[in-house]
Amino acid sequence: MNRVAQAPALDSQIPAAPEQDRQALLEIRDLTKRFSLSGDFLEQLRFKGGKLVRKQEFVHAINGVSLDIQRGEALCVVGESGCGKSTVARVVMGLLSPSGGEIRYDGARIDSLSSRQLLPYRKRMQMIFQNPYASLNPRMTIQQTLEEPLRLHHPDWDRQKVRDKVEEVMASVGIAPDWGKRFGHEFSGGQRQRIAIARALAVDPEFIVADEPISALDVSIQAQVLNLLMDAQRDRHLTYLFITHDLAVVEHFGTRVAVMYLGTVCEIAPTATLFATPRHPYTQALMSAIPKLEDDRPQHIRLSGEVPTPVNLPSGCVFHARCPHANERCRIEIPRLIAKEDGSQVACHAVEEGRL
Amino acid sequence: MPRLSLSPIARRRLAVFRHNRRAWVSLWLFLVLFGISLLAELIANDKPLVMRYDGQWYAPLLVDYPDMEFGGFLPTRADYHDPFTQQQIAEHGWALWPVIPFSYQTLDMQMRRPSPSPPDSRHWLGTDDQGRDVLARVIYGFRLSVFFALVLTAGSLLLGVVFGGIQGYFGGKTDLIGQRLTEIWSGLPVLFLLIILASFVQPNLWWLLGIMLLFSWLGLVDVVRAEFLRARNLEYVRAAKAMGLPSRLIMWRHVLPNAMVATLTFIPFLFTGAITTLTALDFLGFGLPPGSPSLGELVAQGKNNLQAPWLGITAFVSLSVMLSLLVFIGEGLRDAFDPRHIQFAPSASPTAPTATRMTPNGQ
Repeated sequence: MNRVAQAPALDSQIPAAPEQDRQALLEIRDLTKRFSLSGDFLEQLRFKGGKLVRKQEFVHAINGVSLDIQRGEALCVVGESGCGKSTVARVVMGLLSPSGGEIRYDGARIDSLSSRQLLPYRKRMQMIFQNPYASLNPRMTIQQTLEEPLRLHHPDWDRQKVRDKVEEVMASVGIAPDWGKRFGHEFSGGQRQRIAIARALAVDPEFIVADEPISALDVSIQAQVLNLLMDAQRDRHLTYLFITHDLAVVEHFGTRVAVMYLGTVCEIAPTATLFATPRHPYTQALMSAIPKLEDDRPQHIRLSGEVPTPVNLPSGCVFHARCPHANERCRIEIPRLIAKEDGSQVACHAVEEGRL
Repeated sequence: MPRLSLSPIARRRLAVFRHNRRAWVSLWLFLVLFGISLLAELIANDKPLVMRYDGQWYAPLLVDYPDMEFGGFLPTRADYHDPFTQQQIAEHGWALWPVIPFSYQTLDMQMRRPSPSPPDSRHWLGTDDQGRDVLARVIYGFRLSVFFALVLTAGSLLLGVVFGGIQGYFGGKTDLIGQRLTEIWSGLPVLFLLIILASFVQPNLWWLLGIMLLFSWLGLVDVVRAEFLRARNLEYVRAAKAMGLPSRLIMWRHVLPNAMVATLTFIPFLFTGAITTLTALDFLGFGLPPGSPSLGELVAQGKNNLQAPWLGITAFVSLSVMLSLLVFIGEGLRDAFDPRHIQFAPSASPTAPTATRMTPNGQ
C-alpha cells in the first residue's frame, strides 16, 4: 500500500526538475550503458536441453543516470573504480553510444547523431584524458598535435592563423613556444598534461569533460594542473564535467558533486552541502573515509562486503546489501533522486522516509 | 639534412641496424647487386654499346640499325654476332662491346662445344641447354625476381594494411565478417589455383603478379589487424575521436604510423617469400613465359641436365646468396624494431636534460 501511495509523490518530483533544466548546458536523462560480455552472435548460442538458446550477459556500467550541468559550473563526479564515472564521460563525448536514455546539449539531442552531425558539437565540447603519457601521439610533434583540432574545426583558416592560435593557446597553459618542434615523450607528465589541456582549449570550447585529469600525476604537479584548469574556467567561462575519485580535489574544484555507486547516482549536492551534511549512506561512508588531521579517533563507517558485480545487479537499491539502514523496500524498489530543500538530490528510501 | 628530420627512436633504430654488421653488410651487398642488375643492358647485351663505322657514330643499344647499314643485304635488324657483320665492323671501324656480349636470350651460334657447354672464357658460367649465356640470364633473372618481389610486396602491403586496418579499427561485426572471409580465402589452395589460372591465360609478368597478389596479402592482414585492434583503444586515438576526426584520418595519422613496426618487420620475409614462389612456379613451368630470364627455369635446367653441374650450382648459389642476404636484412630490421634491443645501442643524444631545462616559468 505504502509503495502505491508513494508513486504519485515520486512523479511529482520529476516536473520540479525541468524548472532548472531550462538553462542547463548538458542534460543527461536516464542514461544506461551496458557492455556485452558474451562475444559475437555465434558465441552467444548455447545448447540447453537439446535446444539452441541465445544467451547474452551484460556488464551494466550505467543504470539510469540523470544529471544536469549548468553553464559555468564544475560538476564533479566521484565514486570508486568501476562505478561507471568514466563511462558517463565517454558516452557524453560520443566515444561510446548509449544503450538507452537521452543526452541533450544546449537543448538539442546529441546521443543519436552521426559523427558528421556531431562535428559542430565536438568543437564546443572537448575532453581531457587521464593518462598524459598515452594521450599524445608519440609520432606527432607538439605543434602538429595542437594544430590538428584547429585544422579540423576551422578548415578555412590559413596556415598563419592556425600557427598564431597555437602560439596563443600554448602561452595560455604556460608552455614555451619552442616546445612545438618536439615530441610528447620528451616531456614530463605534468608538461604533457598541459599540452593535452592546450589541445582541448585550442578550439575555444565552452564545455570540457575531464576524465581524472590529474590522477596520473605527481602530487606536487596535481595542484599546478588543477589551478591551470581553474584559471581556464575563470578566463574562458568554461563548464566542466570533472571525473575524479579524489575527494580533496572535489572540495577544491567542484561547484556541485555527484556521487556514483555501481552505475547509479546516489546523491547530487552543492559541494559545501555535500561535505557538511552527506545524506546518502554511501556518501556518508565515503566522507568518513577522508583522513582528518584533527581527528584522533577516526569515525570510519566500515561497509561490510564488496561492491556487487555489475553483471548481475542487485534488485532494488544497488547499495542495499551493504547499507546499514536497508529494509525490505530497499531490496525491491529502485530509489529515485529526490530533491531536498538545500539543493541536494538524494536517491535513498531511508532519507525519503525520514529514517535517516 | 633528411637525417635531422628522423625522430629519435628512428635514429636509435638505425643505429641498432648499423650495429648489426651482418645485416648492414648484407644490405649494402644486396643494393650493389641490385644496382648492377639494374644496369644489365650495359653489362650483358648482344649489341655493342657504341660503335664507329665508316666515320660515323652508332649506338646499337638504343637504335635498331638494319643489316644493310653494315654491308649486309637484309633490311632486318643487324646481328652483330654474325661473322660477316663482325668482319665488316672490324674493317670499317670499331665497336665497344659490353663485358658479357650476350643478352639473356641470345643463342650463341658460334659455340665450340655442344650446349650446355661448360664455363670457359667465352661463357664465364657456361651455357644452358639452348646455348644461352648463363651469367647473362642470372643477371637479368636477378633483376626480374627483385622487381617482381618489390611490386608484389608493395601491392600486398597496400591490400594487407587496408583490409587489416579496417578490420582491426572498426572491430565488432566488421572484424568478424572480415576474419571469416579472409579465412575462407586463405583456405584456397594457392598453388593449384595458380596452375589452373595459368592454363586459362598465357601468363605474363603482370598476370602472375595479379594472381599472386590475390593471395599474398593474407599473411599481413593478421599482423595489421592485431596492431590496429591494440591501437584503437589507446588514449590518443580516443582523443582524436573525441576531437571529431573522421575515421580514415584517425587511421592514417594516428593508428597507422604507430602500427607499422610489426608490419615493417614482416616486409623482408614477404619479399623472400615472393621470390621463392616465383622461382617455384618457374621451376614447375607455370610461371613466366618461355624465354624469360628466370632463376626458376635455371633450376629446372640444372635438374634436367645433371651432366652439366654448372647450371645447378649457379642456380643454387645465386638463389641462396640472394635469399640469405634478404633474410639477414630482415633479421637486422626485426632486431632494430625490437624495443628490447634498443638499450644495447650506443644511445643517441639523450633528450631528457633539454626537456627539464624548459620548465615553464608560469605558475
